[in-house]
Amino acid sequence: MTEITIFVLAVFVGFEVISKVPTTLHTPLMSQTNAIHGIVMLGGLIVVGFANDGLEYVIGTIAIAFGAINIVGGFMVTDRMLGMFARKPRPKGGADEKGGA
Amino acid sequence: MSPLLAVFEPGGDAATALYIVAFSLFIIGIKMGTHPTTAKRGNLIAAGGMAVAVVTTLLLDGMGNWGLIVLGLGIGTAIGVIASIRVQMTEMPQMVALYNGVGGGAVALIAWAEIRHGISIGEDFPLDSLIPVLFAGVVGSVSFWGSNIAFAKLQDLIPTRPIAAPGQQVINAILVVAIVVICVILALDHESPSQALFVLLLVLAAILGNLVVLPIGGADMPVVISLLNAFTGLSAAAAGFALDNVALIVAGTLVGSSGTILTLEMATAMNRSVGNILFSGFGGAPAGGGGGTGEEKPHVSIGAQDAAIKLAYADTVVIVPGYGLAVAQAQHAIKEVADELEKRGVTVNYAIHPVAGRMPGHMNVLLAEADVPYEQLKEMEEINPEMSRTDVAVVVGANDVTNPAAKNDPDSPIAGMPIIEVNEAQQVIVIKRSLSPGFAGIDNDLFYEPNTSMLFADAKQAAAEIASEIGNL
Repeated sequence: MTEITIFVLAVFVGFEVISKVPTTLHTPLMSQTNAIHGIVMLGGLIVVGFANDGLEYVIGTIAIAFGAINIVGGFMVTDRMLGMFARKPRPKGGADEKGGA
Repeated sequence: MSPLLAVFEPGGDAATALYIVAFSLFIIGIKMGTHPTTAKRGNLIAAGGMAVAVVTTLLLDGMGNWGLIVLGLGIGTAIGVIASIRVQMTEMPQMVALYNGVGGGAVALIAWAEIRHGISIGEDFPLDSLIPVLFAGVVGSVSFWGSNIAFAKLQDLIPTRPIAAPGQQVINAILVVAIVVICVILALDHESPSQALFVLLLVLAAILGNLVVLPIGGADMPVVISLLNAFTGLSAAAAGFALDNVALIVAGTLVGSSGTILTLEMATAMNRSVGNILFSGFGGAPAGGGGGTGEEKPHVSIGAQDAAIKLAYADTVVIVPGYGLAVAQAQHAIKEVADELEKRGVTVNYAIHPVAGRMPGHMNVLLAEADVPYEQLKEMEEINPEMSRTDVAVVVGANDVTNPAAKNDPDSPIAGMPIIEVNEAQQVIVIKRSLSPGFAGIDNDLFYEPNTSMLFADAKQAAAEIASEIGNL
């Protein structure tokens, strides 16, 4: 039951926190939460770490690789995107600052 | 195998405490994502949480097979790094679909390994871990295959238009029933569940994932991607139940909530239910016949120079981007137009429909890439009341989301869908390659309104020409 309690509380926390993210940031939000579900890689690590049969080695290693793509790619690409949003807003009227990067 | 690294007892207090640290960092990270100035740091904090979770797991007592672990981590990291550096901002929807898919795939594989492991121990499989395993396997597999199809569609590897076989609803329904039946059989037989049946379950879920996403057309992708994101999150949470891992439960649930919120928002923005989007491809029935048949209705066509003059002598301009902007990679060229206009003292804003593009917030990312200030990106509800005071609205690569028929014609297939009310503006310029209908397969009444001028061209080229014409005025 403890785990179900945690789950239900997490649902409320999730809705609370995420409904505050503005529409403009929805793509980075999605790619960041996407990276977060890469945490299933832990399952792959545990499978491989404690495995002693051929097929489990294979399944687990693929799961680790998938999870790592998900985590590393997800966080990096989110970082790239957010870097674009974080640039200093230009003062109104002042016109000709050219985009770098 | 490597006792030197054994620091934490699996399931022990120390490991659990660190997992709690990890998910707290995720929550803080997402919370900081509510504002563009803190979001980047928030993302790093969430990544730090992930590092804590991974390192904790690697230090569990009894972990072995380091060669394979390093191999998996190495391959995955290399692919992730290369992909995230190379991807263009216009390709973000397919990138997210792909990452989502591999996440779902990992969940399904872990569920399979858990079943094998449980069977090999030969003990009774407790229902409170068997049920989450079954859920994780089915939903992970649906998500993996569904996301791959979504990726292939977005990447134009397979046609974006809806592909539907006759009787598909029936086949889907049969698949769902079969999946439920197999789950029940496996659960009833929890003392020694059959591995073969479990693999069959994964295969049926895979077919279902393919069949559900194949008939869904491009413009419905924001809903599909959000939904698949929610699925992968929930399947990860289920894997957490099976593995008794709080970090997985909380992280997966957060993602499930986020995906659910986005799915509902996207569906609302199209005035359709999620079920309707998933199970009745609307481009799938072009029988309505709006698609390019018959003679052309009268419309006004202009060139870049005329457009430049209209824009340059306006006080307020609103730019309405759509997926066509992404396809043409026109975001930088549009920004140049805006820069030229601002030099002349014109106020420029951008009106962004929630489902413009192929994923939630897609247009915002593209415009941010082109250095458009955050403050100029206006949401639909914010900009619509301003429309009647707008001198010129420029529609770039958007179609259905500007169609006044959604408001005026109760018989229109998109009736009731909230739109950006560009028709309220004094003048409208539509940059588009032809009069062809949008995704919904219906004509856009906007094109034939007396205050609308059509500029038939590639969005990027047209914007570049307009910018230089304004500069010459």
